[in-house]
Amino acid sequence: MEKFDKLTAIAAPLPQINVDTDMIIPKQYLKTIKRSGLGVALFDEMRYGDDGRENPDFVLNQEPWRDAEILVTGANFGCGSSREHAPWAIKDFGIRCIIAPSYADIFYNNCFKNGILPVTLPQEQVDRLMEDAQQGGNARITVDLENQVIVGADGTEYRFEIDPFKKHCLLEGLDDIGLTLERASEIDAYESRVAAERPWV
Amino acid sequence: MSPKTLYDKIWDAHLVHEDADGTALIYIDRHLVHEVTSPQAFEGLRMAGRKVRAPERTIAVPDHNVPTTPDRVDHIDDEQSRIQVEALDRNARDFGVTYYPVSDVRQGIVHIIGPEQGWTLPGMTVVCGDSHTSTHGAFGALAHGIGTSEVEHVLATQTLITRKSKNMKVEVTGQLPPGVTAKDITLAIIGRTGTAGGTGHVIEYCGEAIRSLSMEGRMTVCNMAIEGGARAGLIAPDETTFDYVKGRPHAPKGAQWEAALAWWQTLRSDEDAHWDKIVTLDASEIAPVVTWGTSPEDVLPITGAVPDPESFEGGKVEAAKRALQYMGLEAGTPLDQIPIDAVFIGSCTNARIEDLRAAAAILKGRKVKEGVRAMVVPGSGLVRAQAEEEGIADVFKEAGFDWRLAGCSMCLGMNPDQLSPGERCAATSNRNFEGRQGRGGRTHLMSPAMAAAAAVTGRLTDVRELM
Repeated sequence: MEKFDKLTAIAAPLPQINVDTDMIIPKQYLKTIKRSGLGVALFDEMRYGDDGRENPDFVLNQEPWRDAEILVTGANFGCGSSREHAPWAIKDFGIRCIIAPSYADIFYNNCFKNGILPVTLPQEQVDRLMEDAQQGGNARITVDLENQVIVGADGTEYRFEIDPFKKHCLLEGLDDIGLTLERASEIDAYESRVAAERPWV
Repeated sequence: MSPKTLYDKIWDAHLVHEDADGTALIYIDRHLVHEVTSPQAFEGLRMAGRKVRAPERTIAVPDHNVPTTPDRVDHIDDEQSRIQVEALDRNARDFGVTYYPVSDVRQGIVHIIGPEQGWTLPGMTVVCGDSHTSTHGAFGALAHGIGTSEVEHVLATQTLITRKSKNMKVEVTGQLPPGVTAKDITLAIIGRTGTAGGTGHVIEYCGEAIRSLSMEGRMTVCNMAIEGGARAGLIAPDETTFDYVKGRPHAPKGAQWEAALAWWQTLRSDEDAHWDKIVTLDASEIAPVVTWGTSPEDVLPITGAVPDPESFEGGKVEAAKRALQYMGLEAGTPLDQIPIDAVFIGSCTNARIEDLRAAAAILKGRKVKEGVRAMVVPGSGLVRAQAEEEGIADVFKEAGFDWRLAGCSMCLGMNPDQLSPGERCAATSNRNFEGRQGRGGRTHLMSPAMAAAAAVTGRLTDVRELM
């Protein structure tokens, strides 16, 4: 998995609550058997008109936000389905960090498996970063995972909390499966114990 | 020993390893797999030269993108869908997992066939690359959706890296009035708590109204736990659960049944267990409900009217304005005056036999309103067969419903069953998101009986008028 440590970039504002996974990537793109190439489908129904042309009102179709690597958005981002195509599309578009007051659980976990950092901040701090993001190209935001801090365009620092294990895996780009397989003997022992205690399972 | 919730007990029984910081490795008893969220995971195994650690605990079925018309057994027209289904065929064969192809009468929606075949049992951990895995919580199993990377992790290790969630109790006291169903309970709860109300929690549903539900109804309630943001929903197993499970193909038998039963009977929250959050609803105050917007929290009794966006607070004001625009609705319009174009009865929320019976009871001797297209999609081949045997299929067909084969169908519009732009649908599914049932499609969520009533009148309707 790609590492995430520090990022200074343009942030796109998407001031909307309950952005669901159907909005992030609609179902027709879920028929792929690959993980790559989904960036073009990110926010499909908001980003393109019925004729397939770009909707000029949508933030990611505007300069400088076409090059955004950070997304600032509303509460409960990523609610709905478990589709990992959502973070795949976000990552493929080039966004590496999301800042929001809250996330849906499965989406939040999926981000970490793909080198994306979802940062949770209180609503009023997200509001201020949303204003920064709305200023565009001259208002770059810095995300520093090691020090768990975001630096707004005006130099204001916002500290964020993160699960230490998830932080470690992102910083090092670790593969979960490899880590778990190191515990194979513990899994074996668990299986033997349960085979005796609950043989019907 | 300190008192525990049901969730605490299942968690403890599955803990393989826990770090000091709370990062835990839990064992997974059942892993359900479908065609859409698994191909990349199997590919990952191949690339790394890994096997499926416990194929006997892994069950695969195509459901999301399969057509629901009879010709699907011979050929799926959509090339990408066909490739995905063929990939699942091949992966199931290569890795040796149990598989129910579309040609098998036991095929159906993954969350319907798991319980039907007795794969889902009380006290188990169940995961699937699908958010509605919470359905299986109806059995007192800890069940939740996972992403594709986690699917690969479970395939390779039969475990999941996770952290313990908080405990939330949702108590529904008293008895449901006539015409009010499990779907109304679960929507009413989300209407109260919001779509993020359960975030970070595992919900245990309890109280007299929940106890009185059949297993089908309990599955409907737990199915939408995810729509309330919860990690999972649970209902403690009882005689209703044991009666349902007994005799299922993969349920324990003989002495094993007795041993299992003895353990299952301990699976309940202790009297003085700690709850991080408690929500209480009075069942007698729940009316048949519908959704008016594009979030499952946009719930109102059918006797209500489309709300004014300005009546909300914070980000919900803009969200409600956007929702009304998308849904083509005016604030103040009585909900039961909203005309519909389509009716969809199906999905992992409401496509079990009891759901079909409830809809058929309303449809008997009645016709679908002219101009409305109506479709019923049983949750599995076995539900379909049972409905045909009970004569329910004939009721639907005589009323003018299209009688389909099992699958996810129009719940998510990944297959040929979709809404057209602007088309308004009374649906028994679980999500009313923008574009969910087809680009520009407008979804109103409700119970099967309410959807049947809407089919008859051609508008959103209080089912109690037709009872």
